[in-house]
This record gives sequence, C-alpha cells and structure tokens, in this order.
Amino acid sequence: MDERSANLEMSPVPGVDEGLRSELSKQGIFTTTLQEIYNWGRKNSVWPLQFGLACCAIEMIAATMARYDLARFGAEVFRPSPRQADLMIVAGTVTKKMAPQVVRLYNQMPEPKYVIAMGACAISGGPFKQGYNVLKGIDRYIPVDVHIPGCPPRPEALIHAFMTLQRKIDQQALTGNDVPRHLDPEAPSEFPVPQFGEHDLVPAKNPEVWQAPVLARG
Amino acid sequence: MIAPLDTLARRIQEAVPGARVEVVPNDSPAAQPSLLVDSAHALAIARFLRDEPSLRFDYASNVAGVDWLDSVTKTKTKVKKIVDGVEKEVEETVETKRPGYLEVVYHLYSMNLKHGPLIIRQRTGNRAELNRVASLISVWRGCEFQEREVYDLYGVVFDGHPDLRRILMWEGFKDHPMRKDYVQPDDFEYEPTPHDEVLGRAKEHYPK
Repeated sequence: MDERSANLEMSPVPGVDEGLRSELSKQGIFTTTLQEIYNWGRKNSVWPLQFGLACCAIEMIAATMARYDLARFGAEVFRPSPRQADLMIVAGTVTKKMAPQVVRLYNQMPEPKYVIAMGACAISGGPFKQGYNVLKGIDRYIPVDVHIPGCPPRPEALIHAFMTLQRKIDQQALTGNDVPRHLDPEAPSEFPVPQFGEHDLVPAKNPEVWQAPVLARG
Repeated sequence: MIAPLDTLARRIQEAVPGARVEVVPNDSPAAQPSLLVDSAHALAIARFLRDEPSLRFDYASNVAGVDWLDSVTKTKTKVKKIVDGVEKEVEETVETKRPGYLEVVYHLYSMNLKHGPLIIRQRTGNRAELNRVASLISVWRGCEFQEREVYDLYGVVFDGHPDLRRILMWEGFKDHPMRKDYVQPDDFEYEPTPHDEVLGRAKEHYPK
C-alpha cells in the first residue's frame, strides 16, 4: 500500500464500520466511496491554464521547474487552451485593459474549474491599487478559491495555495445540499465580461461575485 | 561637447529662419537647462540637430509629457509711496497669472559623437483645444510609441504622426489619466489602509 492510499484511509467512509474497514485493509481489501476516489483523482490531476500576467508568473514558472517541482502534485501539465484547463492561476497585475480577457478565458474553461489569485496585484491591485489602470483584485469579476499574498509570492507559497486547493477539492460533496458550484445546475458557470467604458470598466465590479467587506473602524 | 545652450539657440536660429528658440533655465538641483522650440519650426529644428555634422543628435532616448496647470505666483515688492505727505516703504503684492499648457520634452543624445543629453521642449497653446504640437517621428523613428503614450495620457495631439492612437488605455476611453485634474473612477469601496486623498474618497463609502 503506497502513501497515497494510506491518506485515503484517513477519512471515515459513511455506512462502513471503521473497525471493519481497518480489519479489511490489513487483509489487503480496500474500501472507499465514489466521492472519495473521485475527488482523490481530481485533486491529483489539476491542470493549470498556461498564462501569466507579470512578475508573479516568473515565480509560477519556477514552481513548475525541477527545484520546486509542482509535478509532485499532479499539476505539471500547463494547458495552452482554456478548454483543457481545470485551474486558472492569475499570476500578476490585472490591468483594466486585460481584465475582460481574463474573465473571457475563465468563461471558456469547462467545469469544474478553480481560480488561484497569486500575489498582491491579483488579490487587491497591490502596489498599483491607487493607479488609474489596475483592477483592484480579480475577485471583483470571477470567484477566487485561494488568495496568495506576497509581491511576488515565493514558489513555496504557490505550492501551499495549491495544497489548500487540493484540500478544498477533496472535501467537495457530490450529493446533498452543499454541492459545489459545478454540480449546482442553478449556479452560473460563466460570468459577465466587463466592457470598456468611457472612464472605467462597465460594470466596475460584479456585485454577485464580490461585495466590499465591511471593516470595523475606530 | 555641446556648446552652451544660448550659443546653440543662436545657431539654430541662423539655420532655421524664423524659428523661435528660448533657453529654459532650471533652478532645481539638477540644473539641466533646456531649449524651448516653437511647434511650427520644431521639425526643421529637429532635422538640423540630427544632420548638422558637429551636433548629430541621432538618438531620442525619451519623450515625456508635462502638465502645467494655470498658476498664480505672488511676489512681494517694496515700493516707496507717499502716505499722508510722508514717504514710506510699503509692501505690495503683485500677482502674475500664467495660463496652463501641456509640454512635451525630448531627450536627445548623439551616439556618433558621444554627447548629450540635449533637452528640447514643445509647448501647446493651452490645456484644451490648442493642444497640438509637431510630431518628430520623421526625424527620430523611435518617438512613435512614446508620442502615442503622451497623446494617450496627456491628450497632446501630434501633427504628422502616422498612427496616433491610444497605446495604454483602450479605444473609447475619454480621459487623460496623467493630467493633474484627472479624477479617478469611484472604486474606493474597499480600502483597508486609506490615507491622504484615498482616505477622503474611501470615507464616502463608509457605512452611514
């Protein structure tokens, strides 16, 4: 039994007695659920979309190379087409001129799809937040699963975000009321692409995706 | 080495009849004076600066825009006046109004003769409808994108530019973001650490 199936054994399987399951595994019989093995397969072959926007992309490239080796997590195949990608790593500054293209690429990805916003610019506008040309966070238009702070984040931070995403995928239910977005027929799979306006992008944010957090001020 | 700028200005006026060339002094620590040229003769002046064998400014390294708002400078002068039959020194404040304009600054070097920079400026008539200067692309090809950038961000129109479009902002964008009176769109709803101007804009979004 290799390490991965040992990990599988950690989580309880509903409907199967844990003692019996443990006893069976000693005899070389492995019991699991469809959800568990389905999510196990999904989380270990997340293929990112191959695109980068700024210096964070250099760190993303470093994370895929031999020293940090993102391939250990099943994410070595960066797809050049959004149709084949599961994960969008928004690595770098999203300018207002680029934002519609990023949203369009996201819309072209098939479900289930995930987004990691990498670096200060992608999560908030970062050092360019007060500029006229930078979007104050890609989460104003598309749902983001994991945010990574840093300028730029080190490859370890990207790997940490990736492992966080894997844990998130692992816990997604296939049935029931709390199914993730891609299994909910009511939930949107595409989000409106912002248009170039006379003074700003129109709309400036998607209120169904992003609402300004309320800050407590003294 | 380049001759002093006033000598150079005289030479330009001899070579380009009718050209108005003015030396702009610089009081800042950089102390880098420059030449203000009139837009009507800018192209001829540029050609002279590039082709004259003792100058040969063959490389325009940088094109920049500057926005000068309308300004009022107050200078206090002491004037002797007769007040109630007695001569007294009275301080008088003189206000000098200067209308605003846009400025385009070119930094020129000579790769051949290894001298520079020579800085030349063109000014527009005002900040609104008189916003045209001459494009120097036909002399220095490398100015193309930089003049487009000045057009995009300051709204200076370059006469003779073959492809004058916005370069950083999108087509249909109406503002010129680097102008000093540019007002950013109101997207300050989430500012965790606001200060100065941003604090004022963010406060409009604070819950009432």
